[in-house]
Amino acid sequence: MFASIELDYSEADQDSTGQAAAEAQKHLTFYELDLGLNHVSRKWSDQVDNGANMLVTVPGGGDGPSGVLVCAENFVIYKNQGHPDVRAVIPRRGDLPAERGVLIVSAAMHKQKSMFFFLLQTEYGDVFKVTLDHDNDRVKELKIKYFDTIPVTSALCVLKSGFLFAASEFGNHALYQFQAIGDEPDVESSSATLMETDEGFQPIYFQPRRFKNLVRIDQVESLMPIMDMKVVNLFEEEAPQVFSLCGRGPRSSLRILRPGLGISEMAVSQLPGVPSAVWTVKKNINDEFDAYIVVSFANATLVLSIGETVEEVSDSGFLDTTPSLAVSLIGDDSLMQVHPSGIRHIREDGRINEWRTPGKRTIVKVGSNRLQVVIALSGGELIYFEVDMTGQLMEVEKHEMSGDVACLDIAPVPEGRQRSRFLAVGSYDNCIRILSLDPDDCMQVLSLQSVSSPPESLLFLEVQASIGGEDGADHPASLFLNAGLQNGVLFRTVVDMVTGQLSDARSRFLGLRAPKLFSVVVRGRHAMLCLSSRPWLGYIHQGHFLLTPLSYESLEYAASFSSDQCAEGVVAVAGDALRVFTIERLGETFNETAIPLRYTPRKFVLQPKRKLLVIIESDQGAFTAEEREAYKKECFDDAGMGENGKVEQMENGGDDEDKEDPLSDEQFGYPKAESGKWVSCIRVLDPRTANTTCLLELQDNEAAFSICMVNFHDKEYGTLLAVGTAKGLQFLPKRSLAAGYIHIYRFLEDGKSLELLHKTQVDGVPLALCQFQGRLLAGIGPMLRLYDLGKRRLLRKCENKLFPNTITSIHTYRDRIYVGDIQESFHYCKYRRDENQLYIFADDSVPRWLTASYHVDFDTMAGADKFGNIYFVRLPQDVSDEIEEDPTGGKIKWEQGKLNGAPNKMEEIVQFHVGDVVTCMQKASLIPGGGECLLYGTVMGSLGALLAFTSRDDVDFFSHLEMHMRQEHPPLCGRDHMAYRSAYFPVKDVIDGDLCEQFPTLPMDLQRKIADELDRTPGEILKKLEEVRNKII
Amino acid sequence: MQASDRFNINSQLEHLQAKYVGTGHADMHRFEWAVNIQRDSYASHVGHYPMLAYFAIAENESIGRECYNFMQKMLLPCGPPPEREDD
Repeated sequence: MFASIELDYSEADQDSTGQAAAEAQKHLTFYELDLGLNHVSRKWSDQVDNGANMLVTVPGGGDGPSGVLVCAENFVIYKNQGHPDVRAVIPRRGDLPAERGVLIVSAAMHKQKSMFFFLLQTEYGDVFKVTLDHDNDRVKELKIKYFDTIPVTSALCVLKSGFLFAASEFGNHALYQFQAIGDEPDVESSSATLMETDEGFQPIYFQPRRFKNLVRIDQVESLMPIMDMKVVNLFEEEAPQVFSLCGRGPRSSLRILRPGLGISEMAVSQLPGVPSAVWTVKKNINDEFDAYIVVSFANATLVLSIGETVEEVSDSGFLDTTPSLAVSLIGDDSLMQVHPSGIRHIREDGRINEWRTPGKRTIVKVGSNRLQVVIALSGGELIYFEVDMTGQLMEVEKHEMSGDVACLDIAPVPEGRQRSRFLAVGSYDNCIRILSLDPDDCMQVLSLQSVSSPPESLLFLEVQASIGGEDGADHPASLFLNAGLQNGVLFRTVVDMVTGQLSDARSRFLGLRAPKLFSVVVRGRHAMLCLSSRPWLGYIHQGHFLLTPLSYESLEYAASFSSDQCAEGVVAVAGDALRVFTIERLGETFNETAIPLRYTPRKFVLQPKRKLLVIIESDQGAFTAEEREAYKKECFDDAGMGENGKVEQMENGGDDEDKEDPLSDEQFGYPKAESGKWVSCIRVLDPRTANTTCLLELQDNEAAFSICMVNFHDKEYGTLLAVGTAKGLQFLPKRSLAAGYIHIYRFLEDGKSLELLHKTQVDGVPLALCQFQGRLLAGIGPMLRLYDLGKRRLLRKCENKLFPNTITSIHTYRDRIYVGDIQESFHYCKYRRDENQLYIFADDSVPRWLTASYHVDFDTMAGADKFGNIYFVRLPQDVSDEIEEDPTGGKIKWEQGKLNGAPNKMEEIVQFHVGDVVTCMQKASLIPGGGECLLYGTVMGSLGALLAFTSRDDVDFFSHLEMHMRQEHPPLCGRDHMAYRSAYFPVKDVIDGDLCEQFPTLPMDLQRKIADELDRTPGEILKKLEEVRNKII
Repeated sequence: MQASDRFNINSQLEHLQAKYVGTGHADMHRFEWAVNIQRDSYASHVGHYPMLAYFAIAENESIGRECYNFMQKMLLPCGPPPEREDD
């Protein structure tokens, strides 16, 4: 059985008097699906309120009266077959303009054994609890009670465990816990108290209050919508930061994204020297937490005991007058300290065994697991020890290597075994050898791998077998050998568990320093920390091995850390400080720092030298800050005086400090004003300190839409800021405005504040501004104008009125001007100084509703349209040359124009349907030394990248992989992949990386089948995919 | 050959017209055409969530309100039909 709201418009289309349209009536219709006949039959239909927009199912059978709640503008109506309507008014906020209705936008139903209720959210964010008083199938009363206010959602979900998940329509999603379910008998609105007057039903008012029933537990970050974005290394870190303007209205923010995982620092403490290494040890294998942190200095060792506090101890048995090379737990309950002249074995009862190196030789490197220890002496001798049955450390074997050992590591002891079979030894002849530790072939070389540079650090990483893991697939146990090479490359191979053969080698450049590798624990699994010029974490997330940078400063040495307060942390040394931190939000690509803004951000510009941002923000239908302040005051005064009984009651019910601390706009939203009212501000922000150094609120209904930095010929003021504004802009019924202005601001106090020089009135909205040859280019409606700076106003120098609709973007390069039209794609223009003329010499043949544009090279522009396509257009080389060589600059030809267009046409070279409105793009490289890719941000808050292929082989490989993926892995909803990517224009020369990246999720046999057809192994395909991904991030 | 082709195209057209509202025909009026385009546009806006979000940002309304407005506008998207001149 299902219900729908229907409206028949066929008569309205025929009746020219408009009477039929006025009488058109929405109907609620019930349909039933007869599975036996495979046929849908219409059961019942009834007239319903014309504002109906949503239906919510009411539980039936033994649980409730069945039927539906019809949510309409201002009303909630209960309807069922053969049942009279039960109608109640949705309460309105007291501050809502009378012209506005109240609409329900999302709903959730919660059902328990004895009762059920609905949570309905209005477009202003208020959540109402709706309950039905019913006697079997008869509904006696419909009650609406104000529940709480949360940011407007697109969907609500009540979890059985007492949580509410709210998927916000813009901004971060949140999880709330129920503190109460609003059981008090007082309700704002009920069907029983519905009042009908001559003008319709009597509205009911309420005042929003703070949380009473909900409490926020957690949130999921969402960038939606990304309004503007720039990638720049403003903080001079190793990788650039992505500055994005996100959110809307009171929830807007500037978010600084850094590729990598975020960390939270637990403690930083200064040490009495510069430490070289740090370890943590447990006292017993069964202990949950670490007992000691051991720090090694150039000539001493410091032991810290972990308890309530971390403090230095001297009774641990460790030798503190020498540096340490390794500290670990050996056997079940004894500790081992390796120092340059020997091995100190500290038994559980305090006995100490000391093994000394023969002669003058010193220990240089150590590798150990719980039962095996291998040391390398200077000169290249390896000595192998094992822990015997009594817990003694016994020397087993010696082996002379050909030269000094650079690094070594022993694989962890496999479950249920006595020893691990593999020892990896790296030497300065650019080789890594795998040696056997089995008694029968002890110290024999099992395999040899040569690498590009001497290895600095080695680490075996064991991946336990998982059956039906997070990704639902089975993974056999496997062993990886990781090597940090001196040239900064991390080299990773798979070790055969039986033979020790190495295969499937992959390498990745991590940073300028040789990576040092450490084993840590992440979510109960082994993971790897690589310390190069920045730290990286290699871990397994949802069945994939990910290697992600950490957003933290560079570290010297690290160890995993586990204590009462911090179950899975890392202790590290850097400089003369000891740092303890945990790694957060695994699996995320970026970590973000958010700086709140006041209104919906529109655009921003950078002052790269001063490291400041200038942001313009504007909102339609909102009040200015002063008006809001005044209103709030008035509102609270009213409440105090008790003019309105209901309000007073609620105030008393809430906390008294409500009056001092008004409701946060972020949660409740700004009060709505008439749609013709605009508020706007210009902000100078220092992103490093998150301080706003200057905030100019525009007055008189003016709103800022474009911004640019400009250096005029006349250098009197240096760099100036131009801001394009519109006064009294209205979109409906037709776009109209009182006036447009271009403001020119001067920077004061080293760029930290602004001073208005003058403003120039123009006859349209200046949606695009750009500097051009010491002048200012402005796109005002269909006009492109060139302005020069005057004393009192801008001086108009030249203009071209021949653009089709509205100019939305201007880019310049040398003497070319690339103009984007809102509806007609790009136009390439030139300016002739001698004749003072702007003319269009080339345009696009396809109408494109531009939302974003980026200048790629002299002949090429990248653009994105409103329908979710990204495309590149290029002026053909011969045309471009001809124009550059032509002494008239193609002007004679221009005068001949074709079919109202320019004489030359651009060619589309790339076309792809992203499926989301792209609002900004930029060419940038997110990894140091990596190639550039085109990054884009969308309305839905996603960041994407397009990477140019550099070889024909790659193109072939990926187009075939994509083709096979299309066939073998059709999307869930059965749409044709190619048709989707070509939804508006046929896809051209773009391969869907997201689809290709789903290859590892295919079943093994399917992977093999595709790999066979590509003449490769599945491993090679995975490697290729990883390689491409690593080029981007 | 020719005749059967023509028959084919006609029947295909009829099939299309029955299946898809707004498939054009030779006697289509300018108004009818515009109404169909408008309705299709509104339907497309409502169907593409990013597009709704885009409009919502522009008008500073909630996405739910935009969706409702587009639905409401589907009745008489181009105003009342013009007087029919009798043919």
